[in-house]
Amino acid sequence: MARILTYEDKDTWIHRLSGVTKLVFFLLWTMTSMLSYDTRVLSAMMVGSLVIYKMSKTEWRQVGTVLKFILFFLVINLIAIFLFSPYEGVGIYGSRSDLFHLFGDYWVTKEQLFYELNVMMKYVTIVPAVFMFVVTTNPSEFAASLNRIGISYNIGYSVAIALRYIPDVQDDFSKIRNAQEARGIEMSGKASFFSRIKNTAAIIFPLIFTSMDRIDVVSSAMELRGFGKHKKRTWYMGRKLEKADYITLAVTVLLSALFLFITFRDGSRFYNPFAG
Amino acid sequence: MKTKFGVKEVVAVGIGAALFVALTQVQIPLGIPNTALQPRAALLAFLSAVFGPVVGAAVGVIGHALGDMFFYGSAWWSWVFPEAVFAVAVGAFANKYGVREGAFGKKEIILFNVAQVVGNAVAWIAVAPVLDILIYKEPAGKVFVQGLGAWLGNILIIALLGTLLTAGYAKVGAKSSSLSKED
Amino acid sequence: MTPVIEFKNYTFKYRAQKEPTLRDINLAIYPGEKVLIVGPSGSGKSTIAHCINGLVPFSYAGESSGTLRVKGEDPAKLGIFGMSKIAGTVLQDTNGQFIGLTVAEDIAFALENDLVPQDEMFDRVSQVADVVEVASLLGHAPWELSGGQKQRVSMAGVMVDDVEILLFDEPLANLDPATGKRAIDLIDKISRDKKTTVIIIEHRLEDVLYRDVDRIVVVGEGRIVADEKPDVLLTGNVLREQGIREPLYVTALKHAGCVLAAESRPQHIETMQLDPYKEQMKQWFREVGYEKAQKADRTVLSVKDLYFSYVEGSPVLQHIHFDIRKGEMVSIVGKNGAGKSTLAGIICGFLQPARGTLLLNGEDISGMSIKERGEKIGLVMQSPGQMISKPMIYDEVALGLTVRGVPEEETRERVYRALKICGLYPFRNWPVSALSYGQKKRVTIASILVMDPEIIILDEPTAGQDYRHYTEIMEFLKEINEKYGITILMITHDMHLMLEYTDRAIVISDGHLLADDTPAKVLTDEVIADKAYLKKTSLYDLAVKCGIGSPSEFVERFIHFERESGEGRGSHGEDIDL
Repeated sequence: MARILTYEDKDTWIHRLSGVTKLVFFLLWTMTSMLSYDTRVLSAMMVGSLVIYKMSKTEWRQVGTVLKFILFFLVINLIAIFLFSPYEGVGIYGSRSDLFHLFGDYWVTKEQLFYELNVMMKYVTIVPAVFMFVVTTNPSEFAASLNRIGISYNIGYSVAIALRYIPDVQDDFSKIRNAQEARGIEMSGKASFFSRIKNTAAIIFPLIFTSMDRIDVVSSAMELRGFGKHKKRTWYMGRKLEKADYITLAVTVLLSALFLFITFRDGSRFYNPFAG
Repeated sequence: MKTKFGVKEVVAVGIGAALFVALTQVQIPLGIPNTALQPRAALLAFLSAVFGPVVGAAVGVIGHALGDMFFYGSAWWSWVFPEAVFAVAVGAFANKYGVREGAFGKKEIILFNVAQVVGNAVAWIAVAPVLDILIYKEPAGKVFVQGLGAWLGNILIIALLGTLLTAGYAKVGAKSSSLSKED
Repeated sequence: MTPVIEFKNYTFKYRAQKEPTLRDINLAIYPGEKVLIVGPSGSGKSTIAHCINGLVPFSYAGESSGTLRVKGEDPAKLGIFGMSKIAGTVLQDTNGQFIGLTVAEDIAFALENDLVPQDEMFDRVSQVADVVEVASLLGHAPWELSGGQKQRVSMAGVMVDDVEILLFDEPLANLDPATGKRAIDLIDKISRDKKTTVIIIEHRLEDVLYRDVDRIVVVGEGRIVADEKPDVLLTGNVLREQGIREPLYVTALKHAGCVLAAESRPQHIETMQLDPYKEQMKQWFREVGYEKAQKADRTVLSVKDLYFSYVEGSPVLQHIHFDIRKGEMVSIVGKNGAGKSTLAGIICGFLQPARGTLLLNGEDISGMSIKERGEKIGLVMQSPGQMISKPMIYDEVALGLTVRGVPEEETRERVYRALKICGLYPFRNWPVSALSYGQKKRVTIASILVMDPEIIILDEPTAGQDYRHYTEIMEFLKEINEKYGITILMITHDMHLMLEYTDRAIVISDGHLLADDTPAKVLTDEVIADKAYLKKTSLYDLAVKCGIGSPSEFVERFIHFERESGEGRGSHGEDIDL
């Protein structure tokens, strides 16, 4: 499974930030870019995202394959929007400037292109933020951070266990798949639909059933070491907030507030260059 | 409803989410480009049926969010939260299925499937598209068609794989008292 | 002195079971003692541990009578959390026990739950990491560690709480022999330095006795059948009666008719007084000569000059070459991570070698798919749970044929034949869940046999099994090997298995082929044993100390004698009902 994004230890100011800071940034930043359709705001955020991405010294080999996949998905999505709703932009911006005729009822309009440009900008804003968050945040800090921002440590620890056991489960999965393939059970191939379902079952059932046994072992192990004893717990990998964290948090909160204010000031989430 | 959240539940969520993430890339192609059934949906239905709505919802949200982040570099929140809606719908009847007691028979299978069809409908035909429209302002026509596609795919895979998985697990735990050797 | 653990007329019954698992237990363990608890699977030995750490009755409900006091407290009142301050438990499954994302976090886990401030945690973690020698690994994730390292982390994780009692539940189950020795050494060091009371539950008796224990408690069918000093216990027959394997040198001495005395200190071969037995041993050696069997059939699998690496520049396997002849039973041994499983993966076609050829009956199989190879070379995974996907036995065994579109009539015939070979025919209409572990293992073997492979590869066929199950599985494999001429390759780090059941051992060490010889020769060669993390067999020491000229010949004769007499064997030949 090569397409997985993983944390890599590097020495940049972003890596040195506390996980809490990065989590808050990640949540506010993605939320703001989700809500805003204001092109000016999106442009600013897009530039910001790209700068942060650059500063995190993330390399192509870390994210390349995922990025290719995202671009492909983005193009499909943009085409789908056009096919389903060629005049979405016209409706939003309240005007229609035809550029050229494609086929049937499909005209390419400036408004539609502009709307889809905005959709694209949202992606380009969110994706570097996700990359940055995943590849610069030590997974060990993640659970502590969730707990810090007010999520119960039970849920925080569930996330930690998920991160802990994903590699084990993937390893089990490939072992089981190999052994079953040797018995002639393949998941892909030219088999009929129902036999493909059956073959998938033969591979994932042993994986799931052995994982169910593992739940019992792990919960005994945790109980024997006092998990759940108190209402709170401390975190070995929790990081104290430092000056850089406070500054980043303040900047993130202020910028998000500012962007949302600009976006919603005139009562519409859209910036309309076509009006008057 | 099972609402107790102790150590066992914490671990069930964690390992369940790890499985969900690991299965993210396991897809059964339907032969139509870019459409595939997702066995991870069957896993979520199974876990909800065994552990109840709270564990199911947490597995869905954590598993989907982590899976998206690790494999697709994005967090498409409008499609993360419906997993919880679906898990609650299936998990609400966890006590009735009696999977752990090995009682998952015809009646329970029907209930399980009714719950999954309804739960999927609410999650993917109602909640997900509405969130898409509210949050992302995507065209309504597109998101409802997408939602409908997801609904069909999920009810199919859960009806087949999810039912088999749950029934299989119930049998694993079942007591066998009336067996005799044959010559 | 008052005991730190005291069972008085203690009886316990699990809620889901009809019969009590523990019956009328009377056992006192004193502070600082090191006690080994042995007994076959299902004897109740693990339940004793669960009673002490509080898993009984909190995680496993049931009823008890009589009294149990741990440090004056009743675990059933104190609860699991209260007990975790007194008794630390290291579980058998090192992957399940290792909860943290890194070594440091895992060690700190108990402290985190106890709200210990971060700075104090740093200190305490680094102290205990020094004790178990993992200080250089603090930032490592579990998948970067070997089994032995993981286990040391687990020890640190319970010792960080300054517990007075350490409970080890089968600490050796997943370790290669040399790593197991190191673990026993470390446990011994901790118990002496910290004056901790140590309880070890294990069936690999000889390996635990690498270091002194104060007492051995033998549990059988829920009762304590013996509670003796090792030197006394080894002279008697209790172990054998309970289906627990004695140290091999003790068995050999008994075969020779020696009547062991506790005064000769039989606990360790190194320090045992052998003078009274020397002559008898030598005489036995002269008398038990045997004829060497000749197995010189045609070569079925030939591995030639094989190289493999996951990342270019760091080879995992180099210049591996050997031949397997038809009808052989061969073991592939070496320390954890030496490349044994990789080798099996290449033979089965899961991995592609960088260089080298594989010939099956003289034909190159590099072009064959995994599925095609699967018809000739079957792989049985370590745990049956990793292979079984069908609820019914028949369906599971038939699976490989069904997916290949074999007609129903033929499928039934072949499935029945495989089930008969595996002794599962009477159960053909049963669900898999009604079977014991050993029977499930046979189901997975049957599901491979049904495809009529030329070779079967088994990954750790007996890992974690007690002597009785071990014998059951191995005798079965021996039978299909001898009766049906099926060639068997086993990946293992069980020295007994290799010695007793295989004709030849292929030793892999750090990716190189270190030896390809008879197990007796491999296990009496100090250089090979050291390099491959194997353990020289105690029979070798016995032979040397008794002045027998050819130790490896002595080992061969011993094994032959055992095979002939069927001494100590469990349920060979009977229909197993477990």
